[in-house]
Amino acid sequence: MKIHEYQAKEIFSRYGIPVTNETVCYSVAEVIDAGTKLGLPVVVKAQVHAGGRGKAGGVKLARTQEELKAAAEAILGMDIKGYKVEKVLVAQGVKFNSEFYVGMTIDRNTKSVLFMASAEGGVEIEEVAKENPDAIHKYSIDPDLGMTDFLARKIAFGLFSDFNLVKQAVSLFKKLYQIFIDTDASLVEINPLVITDEGKLLALDGKMNFDDNALYRQIDIEKLNEPTADELKEIEAKEKGLSYIRLDGTIGCMVNGAGLAMATMDLIKHFGGNPANFLDIGGSSNPRKVVDAMNLLLSDKNVKVVMINIFGGITRCDDVARGLVEALDTMKTDIPVVVRLSGTNAKEGLEIIHKANLPVVQTMSQAAQEAIRLCRDCNKA
Amino acid sequence: MSILVNKNTKLVVQGITGRDGSFHTSKMKEYGTNIVAGVSPGKGGQTVHDIPVFNTVEEAVAKTGANTSIIFVPAAMAGDAILEAADAGVELVICISEGVPTLDMVKATNYLKKKNVKLIGANCPGLITPGEALVGILPGNIFKKGNVGLMSRSGTLTYEMVNQLTTNGIGQSTCIGIGGDPVAGLYYQELLQMFEDDPDTDAIVLIGEIGGDAEERAAQFIKEKITKPVVAFIAGQTAPPGKRMGHAGAIISSGSGTAAEKIAAFEAVGVPVARRPVEVPELIKQKLAAIGK
Repeated sequence: MKIHEYQAKEIFSRYGIPVTNETVCYSVAEVIDAGTKLGLPVVVKAQVHAGGRGKAGGVKLARTQEELKAAAEAILGMDIKGYKVEKVLVAQGVKFNSEFYVGMTIDRNTKSVLFMASAEGGVEIEEVAKENPDAIHKYSIDPDLGMTDFLARKIAFGLFSDFNLVKQAVSLFKKLYQIFIDTDASLVEINPLVITDEGKLLALDGKMNFDDNALYRQIDIEKLNEPTADELKEIEAKEKGLSYIRLDGTIGCMVNGAGLAMATMDLIKHFGGNPANFLDIGGSSNPRKVVDAMNLLLSDKNVKVVMINIFGGITRCDDVARGLVEALDTMKTDIPVVVRLSGTNAKEGLEIIHKANLPVVQTMSQAAQEAIRLCRDCNKA
Repeated sequence: MSILVNKNTKLVVQGITGRDGSFHTSKMKEYGTNIVAGVSPGKGGQTVHDIPVFNTVEEAVAKTGANTSIIFVPAAMAGDAILEAADAGVELVICISEGVPTLDMVKATNYLKKKNVKLIGANCPGLITPGEALVGILPGNIFKKGNVGLMSRSGTLTYEMVNQLTTNGIGQSTCIGIGGDPVAGLYYQELLQMFEDDPDTDAIVLIGEIGGDAEERAAQFIKEKITKPVVAFIAGQTAPPGKRMGHAGAIISSGSGTAAEKIAAFEAVGVPVARRPVEVPELIKQKLAAIGK
């Protein structure tokens, strides 16, 4: 789960990390009011869950009232990578002399929280990682010890030579680690972290992502969730035990298990078709789930044919077959369905499918090819 | 031989009184796994499928000599259950539970490393040594005893692969589902080394998927340390970037972790990568024939 910059900085601020004076605004009038109160110059920044705001024109400096109004009008309502800008952050302009990057994420290889620091702040860290990987210092944090003073000092000395800045950084890094742990974050970034003309460290921007698996114990964080229409559909699916991601093809797929679901999509593409979605119905044997899954698939009007690929383990093929027949009985759709069932209770399942006069195939390759044949409109991606 | 589990495995089931725990206990027992104990706090003294239930793992280990634990408890309690198993002195922990918070896994994997206890999962289907022990939720009937070791980040895709192998007459030494979470226990490198050291394994199948760089690292490790033939498959060749494909780990972020990169990494070290599941048995047959097995 992602939150906006202003929300991340509110959390930073609560832990005592210095951030810019700023106000969230939803209209041009609010922007003008906030800019006047904060005092010009201010920076107007789009608040959307997409990277590359600056490049898209979603961040503008305003030195005069005219520029402020123009910036507000330009940015509010703008589209950035498919996200409509509905709110902006108006932040007091700050004079600073250098920019740094600090961030934390989970490192799969060391199985620990990884602290990253770089003197090349202010640009996308992925670009630094690609072009000058040595410029990013990385430190694994022992979960038993947390961010110790000595580690924080070591990181700080890697960035600053002025001991006054080192002292500020030690305090900031320890707070940032505490935020990561307290909120079950998966990513925390300050980019840039700047040294102001007064010699103070300040978080000019902030970014936080969170571990979806931990949201059940992060009630305050979960409240900040702002799902898009597509994400809402995914959340709705998740509540029914389904994992759904809409794509742009025409063959609706229903599969048990994420890996097999991906392999099914790959196979459809391999034979020249185009999958309409990723849908993992998980490992339960509830026929109801299949009904929900069919409803979900057919709510996408691009779907011209449905391909079902089940390898029964915990999932029992006869339950899937029963759910499918029930779904088709109630939905009265004329969209063709191709079914492949293997594994636990496949024989019983296939009998049910056969009685319902639905086409049955033996392997997932055959299923993909049959689905593509039935789907005349989608022979080329 | 085989790896990790065999006839000497003495299994304790944590969460044995739950719906999934109870169901899969019966399936594992039916397969012939030696299940010696169950654990369910507050239900000590009961039995499930004639297996004694204890309040703590420590007590279960003390009374039954259990050396391996499998965990079916809800995600919110799974991290603690892993710690409890390691503290009680089992050698291997398999965590089936799905949706365990990442920081709980960071804590658990760190503790297990200090205790020198092995972990598989979480969010995994477990493992099987055909004909000896099934420790997990895999459908036992599709496996066949043999000389091919298999490891996979996915569950049902593993079944698909195993089914292809078995129907083509290729048996397996041990098959392991390592789980799809960002932070997990034993991974490709440790398992590759175990298969390399296992006299019953002649060839290895590695099933990866998009996200992270574990496959790239595995490729490098194979180049340096593995002499036995390896065949790979990568799921998610057509997955779009930025979308999490079910598994928390299966996401292509910032243009890295793509299937194309992983396939290239394997092919660069001489590991053939099947483009479709159906190609795996043929590649394995070729590899085995080349070494006269």
